[in-house]
Amino acid sequence: MDTNILVQAIISGLLMGGVYALVAVSLNLIFGVMKIINFAHGVFMMLGMYFTYWVSVFLGIHPYLSLLISMSALFVIGFLIQYGLINRIIEAPEHNQLLLTLGIALFLENLALFLWSPNFRMVKVTTLAGAMHAGDLMFSTPRVIAFGAALCMTVFLYLFLMKTSCGKAIRAISQDREGAHVIGIHRKIIYSVAFGIGAACVAAAGTMITPFFYITPTVGMVFVITAFVIVVLGGLGSFWGAFFGALIVGIAESLGEVLLSGSLKQVPIYSIFILTLLLRPKGLFGKKHV
Amino acid sequence: MLFLWFSVILIAILLPFVLPPYFVHVLIMILFYGYLGTSWNILGGYAGQFSFGHAAFFGIGAYTSALAFVNWQISPWIGMVFGGLLGMLLGLFIGSLCFHYGLRGPYFALATLAFSELLRLISLNLELTGKAIGILIPLKGNDPLSFQHESKIFYYFVILLMLIGALWVTRRIDGGKIGDYLSALREDEDSAEAIGVNTFAYKLLAILISGFLTALGGTFYAQYFLYIDPAVTFGVGNSIEIFLRPIVGGMGTVYGPIIGAFVLGPLGELTRGMLGGYQGVHLMIYGAILVGVIIFLPKGIYGYFISLRKRDKDEKLCHP
Repeated sequence: MDTNILVQAIISGLLMGGVYALVAVSLNLIFGVMKIINFAHGVFMMLGMYFTYWVSVFLGIHPYLSLLISMSALFVIGFLIQYGLINRIIEAPEHNQLLLTLGIALFLENLALFLWSPNFRMVKVTTLAGAMHAGDLMFSTPRVIAFGAALCMTVFLYLFLMKTSCGKAIRAISQDREGAHVIGIHRKIIYSVAFGIGAACVAAAGTMITPFFYITPTVGMVFVITAFVIVVLGGLGSFWGAFFGALIVGIAESLGEVLLSGSLKQVPIYSIFILTLLLRPKGLFGKKHV
Repeated sequence: MLFLWFSVILIAILLPFVLPPYFVHVLIMILFYGYLGTSWNILGGYAGQFSFGHAAFFGIGAYTSALAFVNWQISPWIGMVFGGLLGMLLGLFIGSLCFHYGLRGPYFALATLAFSELLRLISLNLELTGKAIGILIPLKGNDPLSFQHESKIFYYFVILLMLIGALWVTRRIDGGKIGDYLSALREDEDSAEAIGVNTFAYKLLAILISGFLTALGGTFYAQYFLYIDPAVTFGVGNSIEIFLRPIVGGMGTVYGPIIGAFVLGPLGELTRGMLGGYQGVHLMIYGAILVGVIIFLPKGIYGYFISLRKRDKDEKLCHP
């Protein structure tokens, strides 16, 4: 095997891994705060992609410019879903919460199917398209931009959680529900804000990949399962675990694509997933025991 | 009570002869998903081990009988038994791994999801299983020995018998010692272990029975539609369809899955008729129902009525 191809594969895996990181980190934010495995996460991403698609079709603007629109739309949707639905059963057993988000995902995914048909759509871009060269290696520009933007967003999210009072309230509540309640943190509002932020982040990931990824109502399913793999690998609830897990999974997938044929590229990912679940269920960076 | 059962059985026998073929098909699908839900319920409801990957067992059953029939002309009836045994073997594999390592709740759900996805990817890439194209089962016309018939009534009675069998197994579990052990470990696994219930063995038993029955359902599907592919058998969507009915109807109850099937089946058909168009649009309504059930009837429809009756009884005891 040509080493050039391998290096190329590792780098493109890393680039996609950056996008996965944003998806996984925001999934983990929701898990860390509410202890909910959010099945609707991929659907939020899909909605973000469609928002970007329709805005760029109707206004004729570059997809990147719709970033704030898709993020704020999904923040509102996420906030309302948490506030109106999930908050009602926050004390119910874990699998009920998982099923609630699954029901929301089924509803929204098939609503999109009904409204927009299963046809694959693409956003055509002319500016900021093409490829960059570095020696013999070549990278598609939109992928590099998506990687950079996802990375920035992840860092922003981290700083938000660490520095702002809202972020501190979110962390406080994820560490001790009752304690946070006692010191006057309004639990239901904070939950809804956290869920909205998670949805907005994954919508941003959706917007950033539209220049090079097809759009279809079921596209979220692919990402949400990959994101589950990542958060389990990195450790459920661990911010940087999800980040590095995403890069590992991105590279593993990309190498699988080169070394194995067709859809077999995902086999290494699921194998990693099952092995982690069995051997180290708290994940590579997780602290808590299951 | 005897009279009620007698009339249910009489109606069940007479119904397919008076209904037009389309409604017989709808009825078959209701019984079919009722059967699958009943099989899932043994592991997901009674043992409390939420499987998100029952499509794995389903697909194993479907592919085993179909491949045996296409390649070696082995009757699907025999293939069905082998498929069931392979389903059990898969259950032994998944169960002993997951339960040995103590995977619980969402972790077990994600692990089963990963196993079914792995099998989907393998069947998507193997020459033997026809890759993405899947397997077309050759038509034999009216040949009940090859599990084929031109009349839907044949399939109706097959699935009815399978459902009765699965219900009988569930009733045996529900009324027997196994049911007590399973509900103990479902409510609190550590306490059950502490009072001497071998939780590993009983969880394994539940996944073996459940895997066996689900695989038989896979063979039925293959013979009824005479076509299978990786997505309809091993796909995530199939796993979801399998556990939706027991959740809506009532997990861990004998008749919950069937009630769920009788609620969701006709609704699915209606919405398909009204919204038409694309494959799977009925899942929009299912999603909405799932949200409603989880919020308002967390124990499912049947579970809700049971708790109502219990409350009446309790009130009578308190205020005679």
